[in-house]
Amino acid sequence: MSETPLTATAADPRADGSATPPPLLEVRGVTKSFGHGRRRLTALDGVDVRVERGETLGLVGESGCGKSTLARVVLGLERPDSGTVRFDGTDPFTLKGKELPAWRRRVQMVFQDPFASLNARMSAADLIGEPWRTHRDIVPTAPARERRVRELLSLVGLRESDAHRYPNEFSGGQRQRIGIARALALDPDLIVCDEPVSALDLSVQAQVLNVLSELRERLGVSYVFISHDLSVVRHVSDRVTVMYLGKVIEHGPTEDVFDRPLHPYTAALMSAAPTLDVSGRERDEEIQLRGEIPSPYDIPSGCRFRTRCWKSEARCAEVAPPVVVRDGTADTGQEPHEGLCHFPLGTGPMEA
Amino acid sequence: MKSSTLPSPAKTGGPALEVEGLCVDLRTPSGTVRAVDGVGFSVRKGRTLALLGESGCGKSMTALSIAGLLDPTAEVTGGSVKVAGTDVLRLGRAGRRKLAGPVLSIVFQDALTALNPVQPVGRQLAEPFRIHRGLSRRDAREKAVELMTRVGIPEPRLRARAYPHQFSGGMRQRLLIAMAVALDPDVLIADEPTTALDVTVQAQIMRLLRDLQTERDMALVLITHDLAVVAQRADDVVVMYAGNVVETGPVAEVFSRPRHPYTKGLLDSVPEHAVRGRPLPAVPGSPPELSAVPSGCVFQARCPLAGQRCAGERPPLLSVGAARSAACHFSEELDRV
Amino acid sequence: MTDPAADSADRSSGAAAAPPRTRPPRWWLLLGRDRAAAVAAVILAVVFLVALFGRLFIGDRAVRQDLRASLRPPSLDHGFYGLLGTDVLGRSVLARLVDAAGTTLSVAVPAVLCSLLIGSALGLWAGYHGGLRENVAMRVADVILSFPSLLIAVVVLYVFAPSAMNIVLILAIARVPVYLRTARAESAELRSRLFVDAARTFGTPSRNIIIRHILPIALPTLLTVATLDFCFVMLTESSLSFLGIGIQPPDVSWGLMVAQGRQYLQTAWWIAVLPGVAIVLTTVSATVLAAWVRLATDPAQRWRLTLPRKRRGDRAAVPSEMIA
Repeated sequence: MSETPLTATAADPRADGSATPPPLLEVRGVTKSFGHGRRRLTALDGVDVRVERGETLGLVGESGCGKSTLARVVLGLERPDSGTVRFDGTDPFTLKGKELPAWRRRVQMVFQDPFASLNARMSAADLIGEPWRTHRDIVPTAPARERRVRELLSLVGLRESDAHRYPNEFSGGQRQRIGIARALALDPDLIVCDEPVSALDLSVQAQVLNVLSELRERLGVSYVFISHDLSVVRHVSDRVTVMYLGKVIEHGPTEDVFDRPLHPYTAALMSAAPTLDVSGRERDEEIQLRGEIPSPYDIPSGCRFRTRCWKSEARCAEVAPPVVVRDGTADTGQEPHEGLCHFPLGTGPMEA
Repeated sequence: MKSSTLPSPAKTGGPALEVEGLCVDLRTPSGTVRAVDGVGFSVRKGRTLALLGESGCGKSMTALSIAGLLDPTAEVTGGSVKVAGTDVLRLGRAGRRKLAGPVLSIVFQDALTALNPVQPVGRQLAEPFRIHRGLSRRDAREKAVELMTRVGIPEPRLRARAYPHQFSGGMRQRLLIAMAVALDPDVLIADEPTTALDVTVQAQIMRLLRDLQTERDMALVLITHDLAVVAQRADDVVVMYAGNVVETGPVAEVFSRPRHPYTKGLLDSVPEHAVRGRPLPAVPGSPPELSAVPSGCVFQARCPLAGQRCAGERPPLLSVGAARSAACHFSEELDRV
Repeated sequence: MTDPAADSADRSSGAAAAPPRTRPPRWWLLLGRDRAAAVAAVILAVVFLVALFGRLFIGDRAVRQDLRASLRPPSLDHGFYGLLGTDVLGRSVLARLVDAAGTTLSVAVPAVLCSLLIGSALGLWAGYHGGLRENVAMRVADVILSFPSLLIAVVVLYVFAPSAMNIVLILAIARVPVYLRTARAESAELRSRLFVDAARTFGTPSRNIIIRHILPIALPTLLTVATLDFCFVMLTESSLSFLGIGIQPPDVSWGLMVAQGRQYLQTAWWIAVLPGVAIVLTTVSATVLAAWVRLATDPAQRWRLTLPRKRRGDRAAVPSEMIA
């Protein structure tokens, strides 16, 4: 266990190796709040996130934890109040003129609701080609565009003849494929997937997840994968970041976080998520959290999870929890597994 | 508690809810289609039955026709729905109204739209007591507060005066559940009760439902698309596909050894069991439009086992073991795939 | 997807879901299927043709007086121009209706178009950006609305000459807030839609987002408002004419005809009623057609037009904003 703050990536062995390129996306200490005075809502509070090339980062948390705001910051739709966002070493919020659109095309998004995110009055071809109307140089001629639309359609598993159909003629899964094809139109390096399968039926969900992972292999894109479905996150992610009320409370390699969570909240999330395991029915060891997420207008002092935590003591209300690091034991690499807690789980004598 | 004119399954001894051959037709742009095709199941008191299926499979339509809440564009064209022995489909409006609440009630998915936004929740909760029990305003209010306490709403006396939008999603769902169980129904239908909620809240709500069920000895019909919820919370499961029941049986058995390729496909495509970095074994394609349900087996277009026979002949729902049945020509061969 | 079988199955079920349609059906075919809309379109076409070319045929019959033919009721006995009777000066009502059609539309159409254009553009812009821009635009609208439009018209037209041009201008300005409010409301709602967010992630400039995503969806509503406003403008014009500061005789408009015919309502109903009917027919046709356009331009609703009329759920097309 060490007391280094979560913001320092000193634990990252590659940080001192100057030869290695910077991570694709590095978010450091980003804070974002809305409104002011008493109606001030702190959506993000000193959030650190890192995504390497070709990697999938799972972002887990309940509604109101700030994961959607983080996505909007990463996409440049919201400007952080403080902290830095670095994409491939440069801060997109300092870009001006022609550099800004050039950066924009490198980060794209797949939205949760395949019905609301597609303009119902545009055909599939228009939808997929829409980004090119702003970035005209990517596919300059009309025939080339048509060809590229066909390519993209087949890449996501749709028919070329679907190009002229309208969103209402597609099923939910097919619409989400259009959304993915649209995100690919600008050849991005990073795609932020905001609950991309949670609006889909189970049997279709697997198809779309497969499309996403196949694209990762073929095109080398990285994903930030936001989901509340832990089994989906576990399947697709290399690393997982868990957020609670605007703060990252735990992050680390997927297997480590899922198998040996440090933070009680992470453990509670896993426990609450129902599993298919029929033998584990009516588990009484299931962790039941008290109450619900506190209002983001009125964040608890000290540890923000203490109001629902079964391990909380007086200290939790007074002192902000330290960073706990559990490292080296995972066979997935040297990635540190860090949590933010006074009484982390599975760390021997401290456990209650 | 219950008024004596109402039939009680305790006296008849049969299942609390028994649905047989239920058919619902739906008028759509492309003509009339069959949304629910011969669905049947039964639930006893104290048991939980899950209606499992994807969107458009007819599970909600089934629930709505049981509750008599179908849209005017939909029409029940056959079958029977026996609640405590009486066929509610044969009842008139007045008869239905008498059942709604004390015998059969329903919890909806969208708690915000299911509550009246301009009335304090306390008054809404008191309403069933005033209508069905004829309690005075004051007594009904007491009952409402009692209920709010029971479903775990903190400071119920104070919160009874609040309006629905002042509650969080989870709390609103608790209110809806309180309203549904207010009159101690024999049968509670929960239509996707936790879909819009966060995982930790979902667990709380499911536990509340289970506790209430045990406490009041209700038959619970859980309508869901979530396999894991079924695995954790239901006793029996009815798997629906394109308006048809494709498999039924006790959850533990159905999930450990599915007898229909659709059930198996669903179970396999859950990421939980999959190996990371490998493609998920997805069920190819998507469910058929109701206007284009094939004449043979409803699942044939997506089925790995589909053969000549499946195109021509719709497999009947046949027994495949104790209390289990499946509608597949090849249910015996499924294990070998 | 890698599995070819999966792919083909997906295709076949997709094909079953909807017949492969490369283009939306031709609009005139859809119009033909909806009898009410077709009739409305024909009526509007006739009205516009009459307004444009009618004067070529009637010569001076709209002003030619014949006191012997005074107050003749509609009949077949007095030739084509006696078909709808005559007014107190013996002028053919039919000829006057034709003449008035030109005047009426030349005031109403530009007035409505101007206010539609200005109001919508401002409203969409204000609603999309929100904040200060929205506040300023809305306060301007409130100021204009807080004066009764008829009163401004009276004052302005009293000070300046009551020409057709001035009437158009004053009516246009008076009606701008109606579109501004409707457009702002639609735009502010659409701004938060996911597909607008999606467009922003491609870096689409806000002007293009408004034109590409917001306008096409707000337009049918705005058009519906415009057709109803068309009616309002015609009536306002007739009130002004009635007050003597609108269209000046010998020019004639439908509104003026109604105004002039009112005193003969007991003895010669046709003088006032027939131009009234013309106003009603035109505005109702415009409204019906607007409702049809609303459906026909929406890919998700278009199929409704292929249904028999009675099946169609009639959706109220008028937002509360426009009752200003």
